[in-house]
Formats: sequence, C-alpha cells, structure tokens
Amino acid sequence: MIHLLWLIPTLPFLGALTLVLAGSSLPRRIAAIIGCGSIGLAALITLLIGYEFLTTHTRAYHDVAWSWFAVADLSVGFSFHLDALSLVFLFVITFVGFLIHLYSVGFMHDDEGFTRFFAYLNLFVCAMLLLVLADNLVLLYLGWEGVGLCSYLLIGFWYDEEKNGYAARKAFIMTRVGDTALAIGLFMLFGVFHTLDIQEILTKAPQLWSPGSQTATLIAFLLLGGAVGKSAQLPLQSWLPDAMAGPSPVSALIHAATMVTAGVYLIARMHGIYELAPLAQLWVGIIGAITLLIAGCSALTQNDLKRVLAYSTISQIGYMFLALGIGAWSAAVFHFMIHAFFKALLFLAAGTVIWALHHEHDMFNMGGLRKRMPVVYWTFLTGAGSLAAIPLVTAGFYSKDQILWLAWGGAQGNLWFFVAALTGAFITSVYTFRMVFVTFFGEEKTHVGHHPGRLMNVPLIVLAVLSLAGGLIELPHTLGHVTLMSDLLGPVLPSTVLRAGAESSEIVIQLIAATVALSGVLLAYILYIVKPAVADDIKSSCYEVHRLWYAGWRFDDLYNVLIVRPFVWLSQINKHDVIDRFYAGLVAGTEYFGRTFARTQTGVLRWYIMGITAGAVLILALSLVINP
Amino acid sequence: METIAVEYGLVLAGTLFALGLISVLVRRNVIFMLISVEIMLNAAGLAFIVAGARWGQADGQVMFIFIVTMAAAEVSVGLALILQIYHQLKTLDSDAADKMKG
Repeated sequence: MIHLLWLIPTLPFLGALTLVLAGSSLPRRIAAIIGCGSIGLAALITLLIGYEFLTTHTRAYHDVAWSWFAVADLSVGFSFHLDALSLVFLFVITFVGFLIHLYSVGFMHDDEGFTRFFAYLNLFVCAMLLLVLADNLVLLYLGWEGVGLCSYLLIGFWYDEEKNGYAARKAFIMTRVGDTALAIGLFMLFGVFHTLDIQEILTKAPQLWSPGSQTATLIAFLLLGGAVGKSAQLPLQSWLPDAMAGPSPVSALIHAATMVTAGVYLIARMHGIYELAPLAQLWVGIIGAITLLIAGCSALTQNDLKRVLAYSTISQIGYMFLALGIGAWSAAVFHFMIHAFFKALLFLAAGTVIWALHHEHDMFNMGGLRKRMPVVYWTFLTGAGSLAAIPLVTAGFYSKDQILWLAWGGAQGNLWFFVAALTGAFITSVYTFRMVFVTFFGEEKTHVGHHPGRLMNVPLIVLAVLSLAGGLIELPHTLGHVTLMSDLLGPVLPSTVLRAGAESSEIVIQLIAATVALSGVLLAYILYIVKPAVADDIKSSCYEVHRLWYAGWRFDDLYNVLIVRPFVWLSQINKHDVIDRFYAGLVAGTEYFGRTFARTQTGVLRWYIMGITAGAVLILALSLVINP
Repeated sequence: METIAVEYGLVLAGTLFALGLISVLVRRNVIFMLISVEIMLNAAGLAFIVAGARWGQADGQVMFIFIVTMAAAEVSVGLALILQIYHQLKTLDSDAADKMKG
C-alpha cells in the first residue's frame, strides 16, 4: 500500500487539472465531485498508508516517483520521503482539507466561480502535499512557492473588489521577502554540502559544523526568514489579517490549518541545523514569544470576526515557534495538529455565521445567535474552548499545556518564555470568549438569512469532535501519561531534555495554566455579559492603546514609511529613466554633431577643396611644430 | 655646366603650385579648374625634377613621367565628367553641381 504514496499529491493535481481544463462547462455537481473526490481519495490513501506505516513500524519510506532534472552532479527528483513528521502533516492536510472541501460545496454553492474555486483549492492541496513530502529542498521550494501562488489566487478570489486584489498582492509580496531569504539559505546549503537532499544534509551537518558555527547560524537565520514570512511571524506578520479577504474556507484551510504552518514544518524538518545554531534557535523562540503577545493584543481589539481569528492564528503559530525555539519539537507539531483542527473549525463556523448574516463581519452587529444557530454555536464553543485551552476537556489544553510546561521545565526554557506564554494564554482566553459572548449571546441584532445545510454542518461537527478528542493521543505525566504523538515523532525529532530538578513542578505549572485560562474566560464573561459598560470604559480610557492594537501595532504604517514610500519615491524618479539618461545624452550628442557636420556637406565643390587645403596646411604645420 | 641653385627651382615650383591652388579655389568654370589642377600637377613634377637634379638621381625624372601619365589619364576622365556636367546642367559652373548637399 505504501508504494501508492505518489498518488497522494497526484490526485489533487489531476483534480485541479481537470477542473481548469474543463472550466465552467462542467455542471456544479460534477465539479464538486471532482474537487472533493480527489482530496477524499488522497485522504483515504493517507489513512491506509498511515495504518501500514504504524503497524509495520517503518522508520521512513523513500520513493523516487520521477526525475525532475539533472545538471552536472546535481539531480533533483520528484522524490518523496515519508516519515512520522510528514505523516502527521499529510494527515492534517488531507483530512482537514477534505472536510473544508465538503464545507465549500455548501458555502460556495451560489458563487459564479465555483469551478475555479475548487481548481485553486485542489492545486493548493497538491502544492502543500509536495512541500511536506519532498525529500529534497528544491521540491520543497516548489511546494512552498506553489502554496504561495494558490494563497494569492484565493485571497484575491473575489477580484471584483479592489481591496481584495490589494490584500492578495500584499500577502504575495510580503511572503516573497521571506522566500528570498529561504532561497539564499538553500544556495548556501548547496554551496556547503553540494546536495539539497534533506536527509543527507541532516546527516552531514554535525560532522561538518561544530555547534555554534557561523555558517550554520547564518543558514539557520536565512531559513528562519523564510519560515517567518510564510508563517506570518514578526516582522512579516501583517499580511495575514488582510488575507481574510478571501472566502472563509480559504482562511480555514490556507491561512489557519496548513499553509501558514509551513514555517513550523520547515524548522522542524531542518531541526538538525538549528541544534547546531543555538543562537538562531533562541531567536526562533524569541520571535515566537513576541509575536504571540503582540498578535494576542491586536486580537483583543478587533471587531471583525475573521480578523480576530487571523490575529489568533498568528498568535498560536507564535506558540509553535516558541516551542521550536526551546527544542520542544514534538510539542510544536502536536500543537500544530490540534490548532489545525480547532482553528479550521472556528473559521468554518465563523464563515457560516457571516454567510448566514449576509456577509456581516462585525461581531458587534451579531449577537443572540446561540438559539438561532445551535449547531454552529456548540461547535464554535468547542473550538473556542480548545483555543482558550479550557482544562481537561479540550485538546487545546493538552497541546498548549505541553508548550507552557516545557517553556518552564525544558532545558532551553526560561522564565521569560514561560511568562510570555502564560500571558499569551490569558489574552487568548479573553479574546476568544469575548468573541463567543459578543457573537452568540445578548440580543439578536441581525436577522439570520439562511440556515446552513448538512454539507456545512457535518464538517463542523467532525472538527469539533477532533478538537476535543485530538488531545487524547498525548497526555501529560500527571494525567494518564499517554505519549502516542511523541513516540511517533521520536525517530524523527529529538526528544526534549528537561531541566534538572524541574520534574516535580509540572503539576504546579498545569494548575497555573488552567487557572489563567479560566480566569480569562471569567474576565470576558464579566466584561461582555455582566457589565458591558466597563468594557466600553476601558476602551475609551485607553483610546490610544486601543487604536494602536486595532491597527496591528501600526506595522503597516511603519513599513509604509520605511519601505513603501522610499520605493515609490525612487520609482517616481526612475519613471523618467535616470539611468537611461546617460544613453539618451549619448544619442542626443551624436545627433547634434551629426547635424552640425552634415551642414558642411554643401555640395559646392570649391568648399571641399578649401577644406582639403586647410586640412593639408594644418597637418603640415602640425608636423613642423611637433617634429621640427 | 652652369647649374641653377635648387632654391630657385623649388620657389618656382611652389609659386606655380600656389597659383594653381588659388585658381582652383576662385574659379567656378570647371574647365579652368581642370587646367589649374594640371598646373598644380606640373608644379609638383617640377619640384621632383629639381630635387632629382640636385641629388643627381634619376628618381625625380621617373616620378615626373609617372605624373605626366597620370595627368593624361586624369584629363581624359576629367573631360568626360565635364562633358557630362555640361549635358546635364547646360552650364560649366561648378557651383551649379551642388545636388549632393548634405
């Protein structure tokens, strides 16, 4: 069964190809069947392969499907490497992807670009699968750029509106900054190892570099640059909130569950290099810690339901980066998986709400939806609980708790990381339940237009179950001690070393984390249900802070001043071709002299004789003067 | 045999050359211009003869024969051109033949 691995990315690709070629001539029903069917089959094959992978205790499976190109001693193939890490990503991409495809059939039903939408979505899944299955960095880069392209196409899916096109370009250009760093990193890796095979690089790196080596650190930072761009971390985070211009299923699939975690995958995949570059790894953690705090603060102030979720995504990926930074590799991947479940769920549920209320995005115009849309309410509540890490019952608690615990008790953890993560957890539960209370409680402000059908409800319910039960595959020592996830990842990612003497404090950390999460919910309850006036008071008394956070810490303004304006200024000047001026001058000078001398060409013979005579006299005179 | 000082010969040649040049420049009639060019050629020939006599070498006279031969060829081509000019323009004024103005 495992030899069918190549089919997993191929099926979505064929789906995309068919949908593109057949275009809008296909009836919606057939387009939906092709779109969902290709991903569904891929998910089925993933399940079978995963089963075989686990039962036969395979460490890694390698398969060269096709040779891409061979130049001199470099040959790059469409070759796949399946190990536990890619299996986890494979599972999330195909399953969550399939559920989102199903949901889209209902969500996009009346849209004109129905076929186009599924073509893009299938292409995206194909590119993302290539990214996580690639055994060499060139193929990984192909997938990396492929998902970027699809992200661009899907953010600007409703291209009639100018701001959507703007958001799409912003996302594309900002991630490109990171991609350039990644490309330079790959060049340097090739320069050092003469290969771009990931496993080979990881084996050779410790032999070639001593820990803390400068080249290793530089390359690790360049790779981090790529990861930061794709995963919307500081300082390239400001594209993600605007990316919400795309349809909600796109936000769920690309800008929450899969693509934005490509950075996490890249760093986890190249963990061997980060272990040799402690400085770069520390910075991964620092970036994660700062990002999770500032994005959380911004999420507190947003009114647009999807923007809250976007900032929350940035913040949660910050947690994953923090985990990577402290060497808690499997904790990061675990949180990635759980986050994919609950964040896809939240986006889909939010999409349903927005869809039902005729594209009303402002949650303060919603309210009272608890009784109107019970399925959406309960599933959204589940997702929110998981995001806020409500203790014991939700999966989010187990994944986030692991990161919090290792930020404190891990050998590379420290107090600052722990405090940042804890503060972040508090902020998370406040903004999450602010969202829940404002949207679903209180009185109804907008009438519910249409109710979601079964196609939209089923994915919500499945994801809700996963957001609750997903945590059971990894339970901490104090609560059952199940380690399915870290055992699975054990052969690929090194386990986290604990700080000596810290073991006993795990239960204390867990209690603190649980208290913090619950007190966040309580605060949101007080501010938005019991005494809404207090929330308004706080808002008006901290008006400046509110505005700063609302605008995402004004990073856009900063970049505007630092980069966009100087660039536009330069372009304005160059509109008149500054550099070309030299050549234009050359042309003008030649023309001028040409015209002047052409005037001496009078056609009068005697003038020519005069010229010859004068010239002869001049030359004779000169020869007398110079050579007497 | 009494010899004439070389300077006299050269001055005569130079004077002839200058006369020829000036008349080429000031004359507009192409036949006169052709004659003036002949004068200039003969001035150059005279200079060769004088120089050859001064050094007692035959080279000067060889060059003179060359010049005479060339002058004959030149006159035949020149006269043919003059005939053509006259046919085309019905005048011998060289300034009238200014169609090649840049």
